[in-house]
Amino acid sequence: MSTGSIGRNLFTSQSRGIGGRLGSRGLGEYRDPEREVRRFHLRLAAAGALVLIAFGVLFGRFIYLQVIQHSYYHTKAEDNRISVVPLPPNRGLIMDRTGVVLARNHSAYTLEIQPDQVDDLDATIDALAGVVDIQSRDRKRFKKLREDMRGAESLPIKTRLSDEEVARFAANAYRFPGVAIKARLYREYPFGELASHVLGYIGRINDRDLQWLESRDLSANYKGTDFMGKTGVEQFYEQELHGSTGSAHVEIDAGGRSVRTLSSHAPTAGNSLVLTLDLKLQEVAEKAFGSYRGALVAIDPSTGGILAFVSRPGYDPNLFVDGIDPQSWERLVKDPDKPLSNRALNGAYPPGSTFKPFMALMALELGKRTPEYAISDPGYFSLPGQTHRYRDWKVGGHGMVNLRRSIVISCDTYYYGLASDTDIDKLNEFLSQFGFGERSGIDVRGEHKGLLPSRAWKKKRFGERWYAGDSVSVGIGQGYNLTTPLQLAQATAILANNGVVYRPHLVREVVDTVTGERRAIEPEPIRKISLHPKWVQLVKSAMVDVTRPGGTAARAGAGAEYTFAGKTGTAQVIAMKQDEKYDEKKVSERFRDHALFISFAPAEAPRIALAVLVENGGHGSATAAPIARVVLDYFLLDKKPEQPPVLDPDAPEEG
Amino acid sequence: MRLWQRFTGNIDGLLLAIVALIVTLGIVTLYSATNESSTRMTAQFVNLAVALAAMWIVAQVPTQTLLRSAVPVYLIGLALLVAVAVGGDVVNGARRWLHVGVTRIQPSEMMKIAMPLMLAWYFHRRAATLGLGDYLIAAVLLAVPTALIIRQPDLGTALLVLATGCYVIFLAGLSWRIILGLVIAGAASLPLVWTLLHDYQKRRILTLLDPSQDPLGSGYHTIQATIAVGSGGLGGKGWLNGTQAHLEFIPERHTDFIFAVFSEEFGLLGTSVLLLLYSALIARGLMIAANAPTPFSRLLAGSVTLIFFTYAFVNMGMVSGILPVVGVPLPFISYGGTALVTLFLGVGILMSVARERKLMQT
Repeated sequence: MSTGSIGRNLFTSQSRGIGGRLGSRGLGEYRDPEREVRRFHLRLAAAGALVLIAFGVLFGRFIYLQVIQHSYYHTKAEDNRISVVPLPPNRGLIMDRTGVVLARNHSAYTLEIQPDQVDDLDATIDALAGVVDIQSRDRKRFKKLREDMRGAESLPIKTRLSDEEVARFAANAYRFPGVAIKARLYREYPFGELASHVLGYIGRINDRDLQWLESRDLSANYKGTDFMGKTGVEQFYEQELHGSTGSAHVEIDAGGRSVRTLSSHAPTAGNSLVLTLDLKLQEVAEKAFGSYRGALVAIDPSTGGILAFVSRPGYDPNLFVDGIDPQSWERLVKDPDKPLSNRALNGAYPPGSTFKPFMALMALELGKRTPEYAISDPGYFSLPGQTHRYRDWKVGGHGMVNLRRSIVISCDTYYYGLASDTDIDKLNEFLSQFGFGERSGIDVRGEHKGLLPSRAWKKKRFGERWYAGDSVSVGIGQGYNLTTPLQLAQATAILANNGVVYRPHLVREVVDTVTGERRAIEPEPIRKISLHPKWVQLVKSAMVDVTRPGGTAARAGAGAEYTFAGKTGTAQVIAMKQDEKYDEKKVSERFRDHALFISFAPAEAPRIALAVLVENGGHGSATAAPIARVVLDYFLLDKKPEQPPVLDPDAPEEG
Repeated sequence: MRLWQRFTGNIDGLLLAIVALIVTLGIVTLYSATNESSTRMTAQFVNLAVALAAMWIVAQVPTQTLLRSAVPVYLIGLALLVAVAVGGDVVNGARRWLHVGVTRIQPSEMMKIAMPLMLAWYFHRRAATLGLGDYLIAAVLLAVPTALIIRQPDLGTALLVLATGCYVIFLAGLSWRIILGLVIAGAASLPLVWTLLHDYQKRRILTLLDPSQDPLGSGYHTIQATIAVGSGGLGGKGWLNGTQAHLEFIPERHTDFIFAVFSEEFGLLGTSVLLLLYSALIARGLMIAANAPTPFSRLLAGSVTLIFFTYAFVNMGMVSGILPVVGVPLPFISYGGTALVTLFLGVGILMSVARERKLMQT
C-alpha cells in the first residue's frame, strides 16, 4: 500500500469520529496530517528495522549455537545425561581343600554420607541418629574413615542396617540430601577367628592403597570397589580374587538419579581360591593350643601345600571389613598377647634343639662325623685352651653319645663340638639349602627372613670377625640363629621328603569363576638337595626314636599307631649367666622358655611335616610335642581328641 | 450465518492465524516441557480460553471507548501499584501481589496495557501542539509506575512497561537528536544504575558475561539453557526427546525457559520457523498501526506490536545466553495465565484498531 492511500484515509477521517473532534479542537493551529502520518511511518520503519536487526542477531546466535557449536553442546548435553557407573565385581570365595567356604560375600544395606554434599556433618549425623541407631563407635569409625580417605565420595556412617531401619530412613530420606542407603556386598568370614592369620582380611581402600593401585595402573579396575585385601591370602591373591570391574552407561537426571541404563558391560567375578588348608585339621590344631600363645605349621611334604597354619591367638577378621572401630583396634593392638602378630610367618625364634637333626645330617654329609663316632659327655663343652664351659642341659652329662643318640636324647655337648669343628660358612652353605635364613616364598606377605649366621653376616651386622665361640651355641640352635615356625616346618618337610624342595603354599588351586577352569599353584618341586639316602635314613630313624621310650618325646609318642618322627626343642627367652641354673618355676610366665617341636609322619612315607612353637611353653616335650601328637592323630588316623591335650610346662624333662 | 459474521466480523483473520500457529507450537512444546502433564495442559487450555475471550471482547470495543478508558485504567493501575507497595504479599522475596477478595492480582501486569493506553491518549490529545514539554510529561507518566515496579522488585515487568512507554514516545515523534542524547546519557549513567541494582540482578548480568563463574548458582540457568539450544542442532532431537528438558536439567522449563525445550527438540529449523512467525506477527501489527486512522490508534497499535517484539526478543535472547536472565515469558508459548491474558488483550487491541480502519473504509 502506498502512503498516499493511507494519507487519504486519514484525511477523510478528519471529518468524523475521533479525528473529527480532534480536528475541530485544533482549528486555530496549523496542522499537516500528511506530514504527521509520514513521520509516523518513518518511525514505524525504524522500529521495523530494529526488529529485523534484533531478530537477525538472534538468528545469528541460533546458527552459532545450533550449527557451528553444535557438536560442543551436543557433547555437553550427553555428558550431562550419561554417567558411567562402575559395576564392581563380586569377590572370589576362599575355600579350604574340602570345599568349606572360609570367606564369602553377603549383601547388606549401609547408610552412606557424601561428605561433599553435606554442609554440617555433625548436625546431619545428629539428625540421622534420630532415625537409625547410631552409636558413638559408629561416629568414631566414620571420623577415622574420613581422615583415612580424604578423597572418598561416599562413606558409611552405619553398616548392616536392619529392615526396619531401612524403611525408617526411606521415609525420612528427603530430610537428608547427600545421605543415601546403598546395597553393598560385604565380606564375611563365617569361622571368625579360625584360620584368621591365613585368610587375613579385607578393608576399605585407603589413600595409601589407592596410591599403590595407581602406581600399578590398577586403579581403573577398582572404580566402585571399596575394599581390598589387607593381609593374608586376601592380600596376596588380591588380583585373582578381585575380578574385573564392569561399567554401565546410565542416563541420569539433573538430580543425579539414574533414569535408565543405556548399555552395560557386566563385571567378571573374581576367581575363587581353594586352599591346601584342611579346616578341620586347622581347628584341631588351634584348639590344641588351649590358652597358649604360639604357632603351628603343617606341610604336605610331597607338594609343599600347607595343611594347617596356626598363629595363636587369632582375631576376628570380620571386625576389619567395615573399617574397624577405634576401640576394637586399640584392644587388639594393646593386647600383650599380640593377636594381630602372625607368629607362624614372622615370629623369629631360636630353633633350639630342633636344629640338631639338620646339624647331624650336615655332619654326615660333610664328613665331619661318622655314625659310629661317639663322645663321652661330661655335661659341658669347652673350646680348646679355654675355660669357659658350655653347659649341657643335663647336669653331669649323657655319658657315651654317638650321632643317633645325640638326637634321641638331645645332647648339647655333642653339637657344641660338632659346631666348633665346622667352618661357619660351610655350615651356612649346607643348612641354607633347607631354607634357614631365607624366605620360603609362601603366598602370604610379611614373612620374616630368619637368620642363619655367617662370617659375612657378622661382619656386616657387627663389623666383627667370626669367633670360635660364636659357632658353639649355633650348634644347638641358639646364638645368632633365628627361624620362623614356617621355616622350621619347611626344613622338616624337606628332610621328610629326602631333600626335594617344594615352595610352601596356602593356595592349591585358583578356580576361574567364568570357565570353571582350575589352575594349580606350584605343584612342581623347585629344587633337590643332593643328600646320601643312608644319612637321611639315619637321621630320620633317630628322630623316630625320639618319640619312643628313652627319647625326649617319649611321653608324647606313647601309643602312636604310626611311625612318629620328631625332635623337641627349647628356645631360651632370657640369656643365663654362667653357672646359673635356670629354674622354670621361679621365672615368671613371660620369661619361661619357648617350647618347640618338629615332626613328620609316617616316617617311612611322610604325609605331613610340622613345626610347633609354644611361647613360654617350657620344654618342647612338655607342651609342643603333645600338640603335634594331637594334630598327627587327627590327620593320619582321623582321630578327634576327646579333650584337649594336657599341656604342662612344668612336666619333668625327659631323656 | 449472520450470527457467525457478528461473532467473527471484528476479528483480524490474518493476525489470529499467525497467533494460532504460535499458540499451537506452544501447546506442543508445553506438552513436552511439562512431561506430558495433563493437569498443566488443562490449566493452559483454560488460560487460553480466558485469554481468547478477553481478546474477543477487546476486539469488539471501539477505539473511542479505549481512548476514554485510558485515563481511568492508568489511574486505577497506579493506585493498585501504590497499594502493593504499601500492603502487598511477598512471594519469593518480591512484593508483587495484591489481595482482592478471594484472589490475588498482579497490578504491574496491568500496567503493560495501561501504560501504552495512557501515553497514546496523552499524545493523541496533544497531537496538534506537540512540544518538548509534552515529552517530559509523558516521561513522568512513564517513570512513576516503572519506579514502583522496580521497587517490588520485578525487573522483567518494569523493563516491559518501560519499553511500551518508550515505544509510544518514540513513535510519537521524539526528535532523533534527543533520542541520541538520551542514549548517550543513558550509557554514561550505567555505572550509577549498576550501584542501584539488587545483588541478584548484578549477579545475573555478571553471569551473562561469564556463566562458568557460578555454574551451579546463577549461571546454571544460562549454561543449561544454552546447552539445550546448542545440542538441538539443525533438526532438533525430536519432540519429547529433549534430554536436557526431560532429565530436568533446564529449570523453569515450562515457563520462562520453555524456548530451551523448543529449540532442543526442534533445532534450528524450529527456531527459524518461530522467528518467522514472530516476524509475521510483528509485521501484521505494524501494518495495522500504519493504517490506523487516529494518532491514538496508531501509537497504541504500534507500541503493542513492539511489546510483542520485546517479549520475544528478551526471552529468546535470555535463553540463548545473550541477555541477562529476567522474568520475561516467551509470548503465546510460556505456561501461565497472566502473561497470556495480557498478550491476547494486546492482540484484541490490534484487532480493534484494525476494525476501526475497516469501518472507515466502508
